[in-house]
Amino acid sequence: MLAVPILAVVSSLTFPKGEVWLHLWRTQLFELVGSTFLLVIGVGAGTLVVGTGLAWLVVHYRFPGRSVLEWALILPLAVPAYVMGFVFLGLFEYSGPVQTGLRRSLGEGVRLPELRSYWGVVLMMTLVFYPYVYLLARTAFRDQSGAAIETARSLGWSRAQTFLHVTLPMARPSLVAGVALAMMEAMADFGTVATFGYRTLTEAVYRVWYGMFDRIAATQLASVLLLFALALILLERRSRGRARFTQTGRRGPALAPSELRGWGAAAATASCLATLTLAFLLPVGQLAWWAAAALRDGQIAPAFGALLTRTCVLAAVAALLACLLAVLLAYAGRLHGTPTVRFVVQFASMGYALPGAVIAVGVLLPLAWVDHTVAPLLERGLGHPIGLLFTGSAAGLVLAYLVRFLAVSLQTVEASLGKISPSLDDAARSLGARAGAALRRVHLPLIRGGLMTAVILVFVETMKEMPATLLLRPFGFNTLAVEIWERTSEAMWQEASVPALTLVGVGLLPVIVLVRLSLGSSR
Amino acid sequence: MSAWAWTLAVALGVGGGFGVGMGEAAEVVVYSARSHYGQEPAFEAFTKKTGIQIKSFGGDSGQLFERLKAEGDKTPADILISVDAGNLWNAARAGLLSRVDSPEIQANIPAHLRDPDHRWVGLTVRARTIMYNTRKVRPEELSTYEALGDPKWKGRLCLRTSSHIYNQSLLATMIKRQGEARTEITVRAWMANMPTLINSDTKILEAIAAGQCDVGLTNTYYLGRILAKDASFPVAPFWPNQQTSGAHVNISGAGVTAHARNRAEAFKLIEFLTSPEAQQMFADSNFEYPANPQAAVDPLIARWGKFKQDDTNVAAAGEFQAAATRLADRAGYK
Repeated sequence: MLAVPILAVVSSLTFPKGEVWLHLWRTQLFELVGSTFLLVIGVGAGTLVVGTGLAWLVVHYRFPGRSVLEWALILPLAVPAYVMGFVFLGLFEYSGPVQTGLRRSLGEGVRLPELRSYWGVVLMMTLVFYPYVYLLARTAFRDQSGAAIETARSLGWSRAQTFLHVTLPMARPSLVAGVALAMMEAMADFGTVATFGYRTLTEAVYRVWYGMFDRIAATQLASVLLLFALALILLERRSRGRARFTQTGRRGPALAPSELRGWGAAAATASCLATLTLAFLLPVGQLAWWAAAALRDGQIAPAFGALLTRTCVLAAVAALLACLLAVLLAYAGRLHGTPTVRFVVQFASMGYALPGAVIAVGVLLPLAWVDHTVAPLLERGLGHPIGLLFTGSAAGLVLAYLVRFLAVSLQTVEASLGKISPSLDDAARSLGARAGAALRRVHLPLIRGGLMTAVILVFVETMKEMPATLLLRPFGFNTLAVEIWERTSEAMWQEASVPALTLVGVGLLPVIVLVRLSLGSSR
Repeated sequence: MSAWAWTLAVALGVGGGFGVGMGEAAEVVVYSARSHYGQEPAFEAFTKKTGIQIKSFGGDSGQLFERLKAEGDKTPADILISVDAGNLWNAARAGLLSRVDSPEIQANIPAHLRDPDHRWVGLTVRARTIMYNTRKVRPEELSTYEALGDPKWKGRLCLRTSSHIYNQSLLATMIKRQGEARTEITVRAWMANMPTLINSDTKILEAIAAGQCDVGLTNTYYLGRILAKDASFPVAPFWPNQQTSGAHVNISGAGVTAHARNRAEAFKLIEFLTSPEAQQMFADSNFEYPANPQAAVDPLIARWGKFKQDDTNVAAAGEFQAAATRLADRAGYK
């Protein structure tokens, strides 16, 4: 089921090359591949530096505010990239409040660098995606034995040398995994790059589909994007598959963080606080400001309640189905650890790396085919018209969400199942329970917490998803993300603020879960 | 997979698609891409006058097009209302629209705002014209679209990105009128002035007001919307090419779908929408110009005076859309 979209996209490469494709090939394709590549590299580098640097600070040093900043730095994960993007545009564009204020106070010639540029997009995505690296790096640094570091120090290495030659290499697998996640997100993003006028492959899929009405060329573009995604998956796999640096004997005590004083402490607090302000406090504050103004001006869509309900129902259906599938897959893997089952599980978890635009194209082609071949047959059989089952309903959209986010629920469920000792299974079976009963009566109650987490994660991811939703939404069916896109594509920042603030609020749920988990695992 | 997909389809079909029942008596189903999503005062007037109910569904042009195509002969839609002639032309070419024509429509709507093959008809006119900062630019400095390529505008010009259909239609009409080679020279001259590219007409107007650039190209109704809120906004339209081809115009317009179930009612609605009374309501709701020259113009935009429209048939926007996109790519216009 999950392979169908991928195969549909890949098979498009064998279609006849239309006029649009040839044109793209001659003019833009090279540039699109280049700009996508540069964006992914830029965001990778940005998140690596920011995420690793902050993690290093909070793990190895004590400074004022550390205990709060340590978890607060995860908060920007709750802000969708496209929301961050439009808030910054609204604040910092030439006609925005910041630059207008600067010109008034410093003179007419004062200009900030143009935000609608490569560096602007990289900055936005770095601010939103650095927590992936930060989270993984923080765990890696904290779990490192202090012994290796102390040994290096006693051999006369400076702090910097020790960090470069001991700490970083030991944490490398975690860092690469975090950076790979950030890169996947950057590549899959549509809303930010479209609002900033930065052309990427994802943005081009949408533009060719809706601007040139050429599905085939859009699908062929999507397959180029798919190649990118596969490269990132490989990168991430290799980083995880690489042998961990072994630590001799039991893990020694972690290195005690050293106390920072004076300027050092001030600098550490300031850099954490500055990141937090830019990536969370400022955008959320500005959104709240706009939302208040929107309420005052009566700009809340009259159907906002219905919009919210619809978004939540859709996300809930996707989340529950994803978890149901995840339990089935994970349990099958537990019962029969055959290579086939393991392969299916691995394959299913690839979806997260596939950009929504690719999945949307891949889902729609087969569904449209089903609608136009199977439906007429059914109608003849049933004797009355049934209309369009798939392309005319939210089924296609839910399917796309499942393909994309099954990995998220699968990982969570597998992790919780893995904590249950196999002897419990044996005990249940020896008491005569069949596999299904054992699952229902033993495993499910035990992994309730993990299941809840999985549901919340998929629920929020689904709510935030934009490109697939835009391409597949059923007619007259808006969601919060679509509403934000429609407003921001006409640069109505204030009108977009209420749905955006709602999304950020909902996005805080899984972040709170994450924060609690990471605090729980603290020393 | 199919079992749960079926369940889902049934469960969500209620919220998503809609069943294909036979239409009730005396109703028209409209798919509208206009920004009001069918909340048109003119529709209410029509229902009051004829008793025919109007059900309307909104979406963007591309989506409505895909939707109609996917629904094929099962579509519940009787009328497609879309913005930009290019979108209507595409729908007609894909066989989604049927003939809509009568002496009344011909008398109400000038020929260049209708499909030469009578598959769609313009309802409102949206002029895409030069906008300038009234504190920094004197109207005498402006003349034509082409003259924006003059080096005196270097670093002072704001344009919308070329991927947007409004600009594609502007270039397409130019290509129809004067050929690709001359149009490309014009676009290259614009690009040589290092324009600031902004993907929103509203933002271009704000950038002109703030002094980021001094001149730009936008649709007039965006300025209308801003002026309605802030009368002191320091931007005014300039009507270009008045000695030659006239200002570029585009339309929002309507066509009857190829598989309409309520054909007679749909036809009646379109005829009504071209009449002077409905025209005024339809255009005023968004500060657009009525397509019918007999209809009164909103006082806010009447101040901008009468202007000569480019009388190239707006169908050119569709015919040369692909050529325009390719030209923009060649000329480095992003």
